[in-house]
Amino acid sequence: MTVELSHYLILAAILFSISIAGIVINRKNIIILLMSIELMLLAVNLNFIAFSHYLNDLAGQVFVFFILTVAAAEAAIGLAILVVLFRNKQSINVEDISEMKG
Amino acid sequence: MIETIVFYIFAFSTVVTATAVVTVRNPVHAALFLVLTFFTSAVIWMTLEAEFLAISLVLVYVGAVMVLFLFVVMMLDINIARLREGFVKYLPLGIAFAFIMLLLMLNVVTSDIFSNEAMLEPAAKAADYSNTKALGSVLYTEYVFAFEIAAVILLVAIVAAISLTMRKRTHTKFQNPSEQIRVRKADRLRIVKMPAEGE
Repeated sequence: MTVELSHYLILAAILFSISIAGIVINRKNIIILLMSIELMLLAVNLNFIAFSHYLNDLAGQVFVFFILTVAAAEAAIGLAILVVLFRNKQSINVEDISEMKG
Repeated sequence: MIETIVFYIFAFSTVVTATAVVTVRNPVHAALFLVLTFFTSAVIWMTLEAEFLAISLVLVYVGAVMVLFLFVVMMLDINIARLREGFVKYLPLGIAFAFIMLLLMLNVVTSDIFSNEAMLEPAAKAADYSNTKALGSVLYTEYVFAFEIAAVILLVAIVAAISLTMRKRTHTKFQNPSEQIRVRKADRLRIVKMPAEGE
């Protein structure tokens, strides 16, 4: 009994579904929403690395490297916006951020 | 055999901790569970021979991004009760969403194309094979343009984060040491000439 490629893909699919459920059920809390996005990126990265291993191609790992870079930048800017938002409205509830009526 | 056991243990704990991230009450606990998820994923990446990325996941994500998350969560004074409104209301919808999504994805990934017969696991690399070296040799040659763009993205992120959060404090009082040292007698002392006052 060995670990097949599909096992890693199933694990990534489960992680991705959990983060989708997290986005739906925590839709008031921006911090948990940001964490769910990080979880999604992790699931995608797992797919990339599994394929990179089984196809014996380093391109997948290079791609994961760039995803990590962009995700770090995204988290930094997102949290900065969150801090500014809290400073102005004293709340991070999604419902309080409805000035633009989007 | 041992790889299978390691995979199942860490896959299970990844799923459990990821579920905890989206369900726990306290955002600080959610952040700590996310840290645990990253650690267990790093172990799974390690079994896939992506050693450099596994280490950088721990260093970059756990060491930098999650610490930033924790800082922000602890800095903000959050009303958890209000943020939890609608949690129970949206729970069935969220689970249904995730379940449909999962079924669709499982339909694809469990097909025979990805089974062990179709895609055989490659032989383990030799002991002197360096994943970091191999990754570096393609990163600085084939993907050097993308690498430069990643550097620019990080620079933009630094500038954006600092310019968003920096604020000039106008009402605080502070001392300026260089001005204090440069001060002369003429700046502080004024001698006034006036006639002596008689009786």
